[in-house]
Amino acid sequence: MTDVSQNAGPMLAADGTPLKQSLARSLRRQKLRALLLIAPLLLFVLFSFIIPIASMLFRSVENSIVERTLPLTVVALESWDEKSGELPDEAVYDAFVNDMIIAVAEKKHTRLGSRLNYEEPGISSLFRKTGRKIRKWDPEADAPFKEKLIDADKGWGDVENWRVIKTHSRNVTPGYFLAAVDLRLTPDGVAAQPEDKQILVKLFGRTLFMSLIITGSCILLAYPVSYLLANLPMRVSNMLMILVLLPFWTSLLVRTSAWKVMLQQQGVINETLVWLGLVADDARLVIINNQIGTIVAMTHILLPFMILPMYSVMQTIPPSYTRAAKSMGATNWTTFWRIYFPQSVPGIGAGSILVFILAIGYYITPEIVGGTKGVFISNRIAYHISSSLNWGLAAALGTILLAVVMLLYWCYDKIVGIDNVKLG
Amino acid sequence: MKVTKTTLLASAVAAIAGGAMAEEMTIVSWGGAYSKSQLKAYHEPYSEKTGVTILNDDSSPEGVAKLRAMNEAGNVTWDVVDLEAADNIRACDEGLIIEIDPDVHLAPAPDGTPASEDFGDQLVSPCYIPTIVYSTTFGYRTDMVPEGVDAPTGACDVFDLEKYPGKRALNKRPIANMEWALLCDGVAYEDVYDTLETEEGIERALAKLDTIKDQTIWWSAAAEPVQLLADGEIFMGSTYNGRLFSMIVEQNQPVGMAWDWQMFDLDGWAIPAGLSPEREARALDYIRFSSDTQRLADQAKYISYGPARKSSAPLVDKHADLGIDMAPHMPTDPRNAKNTFVNNYEWWADYRDDLDARFQAWLSQ
Repeated sequence: MTDVSQNAGPMLAADGTPLKQSLARSLRRQKLRALLLIAPLLLFVLFSFIIPIASMLFRSVENSIVERTLPLTVVALESWDEKSGELPDEAVYDAFVNDMIIAVAEKKHTRLGSRLNYEEPGISSLFRKTGRKIRKWDPEADAPFKEKLIDADKGWGDVENWRVIKTHSRNVTPGYFLAAVDLRLTPDGVAAQPEDKQILVKLFGRTLFMSLIITGSCILLAYPVSYLLANLPMRVSNMLMILVLLPFWTSLLVRTSAWKVMLQQQGVINETLVWLGLVADDARLVIINNQIGTIVAMTHILLPFMILPMYSVMQTIPPSYTRAAKSMGATNWTTFWRIYFPQSVPGIGAGSILVFILAIGYYITPEIVGGTKGVFISNRIAYHISSSLNWGLAAALGTILLAVVMLLYWCYDKIVGIDNVKLG
Repeated sequence: MKVTKTTLLASAVAAIAGGAMAEEMTIVSWGGAYSKSQLKAYHEPYSEKTGVTILNDDSSPEGVAKLRAMNEAGNVTWDVVDLEAADNIRACDEGLIIEIDPDVHLAPAPDGTPASEDFGDQLVSPCYIPTIVYSTTFGYRTDMVPEGVDAPTGACDVFDLEKYPGKRALNKRPIANMEWALLCDGVAYEDVYDTLETEEGIERALAKLDTIKDQTIWWSAAAEPVQLLADGEIFMGSTYNGRLFSMIVEQNQPVGMAWDWQMFDLDGWAIPAGLSPEREARALDYIRFSSDTQRLADQAKYISYGPARKSSAPLVDKHADLGIDMAPHMPTDPRNAKNTFVNNYEWWADYRDDLDARFQAWLSQ
């Protein structure tokens, strides 16, 4: 009886606690220890990767500046019917002047002007000029303001400007994302950008298309080189490996500038062709400052990223397989195509992903050798970060680029399968 | 007790930090020959006078973006920044740099003229202390001028493909190019910006640029056209006059200047907002020193940019190493400045984003 009751009760560990509990505790302790061990890495990734990306995502929709700078005006504008075609009433003007007096004192009005200027060119100077005049006004003694403000700058007598403020007064805006795909948020709803300002969708398309071409030409050039590297005798292949790695260790800028010297019209290639009589002196080839320049230079720069994974995969292909195929009567071509090539595909896959993803975000090489038609979307992102200071739009463009890359990666996984990718 | 301890500790830290600050300051500029001219004319005499060590940072090309990032992070590491006028207006608009009262913070001219008058129209923003006037102008290869044709004299020659065949180089931005296109298409100087505000005006400017579009290499760094000229890759190209000066005078390249309709621009100091009072006081002291009449004239010994003060002009001397007279190489010299145009900063602050999108779309067509 006692035996039975013992079996039915919880199994105990040596110290008398139930075994299940004791196991769970030691497992938890192990997990905790593992977590502590990877904590530095986890924190590093969190602070240097996840938080910046999250803040970028947030910046692309964040728009609290209007409400923060003009809190009373935003509330007062709510009761104004922007479709009536009439100017807002006295209360709105009163609220606006009160907001502006505070904003001018804190020097925030010009910042708001720059923000709204993205949507409606000309608003920036409207805010700046008005700010200079409003500084001397008294919110009590100088009321009412409607006439006065319109008098100070006739822009405030334009319904359109008030509609812009109302349209963009929400704290979260789709405006930057719309701008990133050549649309815009107008008081009348979403509309296309005028045709002569549409450039970003085209740039996205070009970036994808050219990155594909670059990846393709890298595969074509890298395959024979990797094959040689993997199959030549050690001494020769080591020499070859150094030739592959040497440019890899050279500064990116140096290599790009070298291509400039090579490709320009008075450059090495053209001079040689003219000297050989293959090209007339007055019809030198234009192979830089256009798409050809970008493709050539980037293919060269990204080539090692294709060669190295291909090489390490090819090295693992046992030569006995091809020998076996040949001994059973296969021709050289059949041996290569049916036996060798399928085994080298994981290397092509790994190299292609590396090269494509690097190419899609490239910035400095297209800027230097791309001219006007060979530049990528990242050049526009850089422009908006450092020159135009439209960080919202830059963030939206970056987010879209990130999403596109992830989508392509997903497609790749579905079609090729990510398990078929090997780095060695 | 605890409070006292913390306060003591805090003040001790502040004292150490303040002491360290007093020893050195970070000044941000453009690098190259330009930073060198500032080092000789401003930094070295100032260090000698006060014992302050000056650290150089060549970050001015991304000046406003970095100022904004520092401002958001609440950790401003720069003391004085060299910015061009358009960037200064942007930074001032955003509250990233402090406002300066020229008559309080800047030294008057030697004859007692207050600084606000001495600088005059050059004070384009309340946050600005301009130091130099430079210009964007054209250089051409003297050995590539066709025979029997006069050498080009100015911006409009760039549009004349029949007279001057060959490639050109222009900046990859609308600024200056749009104005030149309209001026050379017959629009009067006073009407340029009014015209550019209209749809027809923009189309007219782009149509003019269309005539040379496939003969043009578009640059994004001012060193590019200089290299292109040196390689004989282009016949003429726009760049900053100081770069052309060093090509022609210091390197003896076969290059000439075409000054007509050069575009004036300004470059000068700004002080970031959010500095501690001691650092701000030091920055103001530095700026007072480095923008006085003599110092501005001194800088012209090292680089061919004109001083922004009227009172400095008569003091401009010979080149420090070459011993040649600098005055004829200044963009402000009357022989070079027959037709000049001054960039309308306020107008560009409003229309830059809009026109840039138009211009880039036009370029990629």
